[in-house]
Amino acid sequence: MKYIDGFRNPDAAAQLVRKIAEQGRALAGRRVHMMEVCGSHTMAIGRYGIRPLLPENVELISGPGCPVCVTDPGYIDAAIALAERGVIVATFGDMVRVPGSASDLTACRSRGGDVRVCYSPSAAVGLAKDNPDREVVFLGIGFETTIAPVISVVETAVREGVRNLSLLTAFKMVPSALRALLTDPEIRIDAFLCPAHVSAIIGARVYEPLAAEFRVPCVIAGFEPLDILYGVYGILGQMLRGEAKVENQYARVVRPDGNTKAQALIARYLEPVDAAWRGLAVIPASGLGLKAEYAAFDAAKKLGIEIRPGKQHAGCRCGDVIKGKIRPTECALFAKICTPDRPVGPCMVSAEGTCAAYFKYGAEEGEKR
Amino acid sequence: MNGTEHVIQLAHGGGGRLTRDLIAREIVTRFGDGPLRGLPDGATLPSPGERLIFTTDSFVVQPLEFPGGNIGDLAVHGTVNDLSVCGGEPTWLSLALIIEEGLPLATLGRILDSVRAAADACGVTVATGDTKVVARGQGDGLYVNTAGIGRALPEFSLGPDRIREGDCVLVSGPLADHGMAVLAARQNMDFVNGPRSDTAPVHRLVLAVREMGASVRFMRDPTRGGAAAVLNEMVEGSGVGILLKERELPLSPNTRAVAEMLGIDPLHVASEGRVILICAPEAEAGILARWRALPEGAGAVRLGVVSRDKGRVVLETLAGGRRLVDVPRGELLPRIC
Repeated sequence: MKYIDGFRNPDAAAQLVRKIAEQGRALAGRRVHMMEVCGSHTMAIGRYGIRPLLPENVELISGPGCPVCVTDPGYIDAAIALAERGVIVATFGDMVRVPGSASDLTACRSRGGDVRVCYSPSAAVGLAKDNPDREVVFLGIGFETTIAPVISVVETAVREGVRNLSLLTAFKMVPSALRALLTDPEIRIDAFLCPAHVSAIIGARVYEPLAAEFRVPCVIAGFEPLDILYGVYGILGQMLRGEAKVENQYARVVRPDGNTKAQALIARYLEPVDAAWRGLAVIPASGLGLKAEYAAFDAAKKLGIEIRPGKQHAGCRCGDVIKGKIRPTECALFAKICTPDRPVGPCMVSAEGTCAAYFKYGAEEGEKR
Repeated sequence: MNGTEHVIQLAHGGGGRLTRDLIAREIVTRFGDGPLRGLPDGATLPSPGERLIFTTDSFVVQPLEFPGGNIGDLAVHGTVNDLSVCGGEPTWLSLALIIEEGLPLATLGRILDSVRAAADACGVTVATGDTKVVARGQGDGLYVNTAGIGRALPEFSLGPDRIREGDCVLVSGPLADHGMAVLAARQNMDFVNGPRSDTAPVHRLVLAVREMGASVRFMRDPTRGGAAAVLNEMVEGSGVGILLKERELPLSPNTRAVAEMLGIDPLHVASEGRVILICAPEAEAGILARWRALPEGAGAVRLGVVSRDKGRVVLETLAGGRRLVDVPRGELLPRIC
């Protein structure tokens, strides 16, 4: 904890906030829209009350980096269908309350579906061994960070001859989403606060083509308050100097080439596929699916489940929130019809969802004073 | 929306918003017009002579034994503490056991030894009880219910309506140890030097401040839902709020480390041996001194102040920002007590 406490030092934070205020004044007349890509950043920004500490003309907008939020409702429908067939559906806790087209996994469990929450994907292997006469399906969602540990489940299952375990995959890759956002004419993004743990896997260099092609500063930052403030400071510094490059403020974890071991693991089992993103539609080659030779671990193929496009609530604006087009408070449902207890859209459910962050840490506290 | 409105979900037991909605809708509407009005931790009963306080609590914690305690001492402390924070001196307990077929007698024996030891330490008598056995698979080892009766201490006149802006919010020791210890004791989480439950009686802490009773506005024990739930309940719907400072939150290093690792807000996690007390500002020093003189109050500190932030609990963060401290939601930690 001593190590972490260094990145939460209140005096250092106050000093950085003062420097950022100076940068804000130097940029007077310009509005800066920087997007924090990652859901964990969104939560940390809320948890430490960082948004109101920034200058009036600097805005941190939340991006698509919550894996639960970008999962299409049709995927939830498929998971429910599996549980209704008597399959044990194992999942990270975040997923159980994400709305599908007509229901969610919590409701499915209350009706008798066998839905188990796992803290670690490896627990799914244990579940499969403990229930040898039943099929166990682990919900394989997530970005690069989560993909490696989830896919290691397949590696364990292959090694230990576990045959009743498979993955329902909807893995997604962050850089594809960033490119889609930058080419969307309706969205203005001046800079990216790039994710911490995703970057630890994919490496800092991955963002270089984006920074160069679209002239957007990209700064990789950690999740502690000083990390985030330092990331903002780095972005504003680049803008003042007229630069647009990749800066790695999280060098204590992120390497230029990332985690090559994890990359190799991913490449061994998975290959790029087109993926449906809630809010961003289908982006070609933006997801990862199991290769044909591992079809025995691919729940969709093994159990004959098709993931069809799902329906979402007509008034839900999660898609616009995910793209950073609106803030949660601009959605008519926010905190009125859509709350964490009765979520309408995934951004309100997920522990990393933007709407949940605004609700949990206070919409009023999230605004500038 | 999703069809779950019509069945009980695990989250209905989580101590958060759904628990409160369930109680408001199903209990208060049927039983809320007598001593249950306002949902205190215990009911104050009119009786000839002294006033009595009456409460009951059921315990379904899993695992039955955890670092720092077991379901037996927890069941005594839970009820003793509810009586105490209502300004009562605990006197009698009932003890009801629902035992699942197959529970080892040795386990039952250890747990009942703990009940006896805890009752003795609290000066309460187990006056009545009941034992039922259910078939294997119809229970989960052991469920315990305790009810308790205490004498109302005349020095206290407590109620959330007595809280004023500028009052001090005190806590008798570090937060969240019980919930984190139970969570850590669950399967697949073997921590070396993990958190230990703080399960303990708080009656001596309450007795220690009875002579300052007139300055004490309100007390609660931050069990299910943690300090966040209790603080929100204290100010909900009122004209005041509570301001906490993250810098000053009392957390034991082990609990803090595990909460950090699991991404859990310790303000949402239960304690089972702490009191949160709101008092007039001039009483702060006296109460803290009396608490710190007792071993169970050695870690007592000021947790925050009563602000004018209507009905809201707000945390001043380490980064210097502010954020809301909301009530917990969902099934963060089912079956911790």
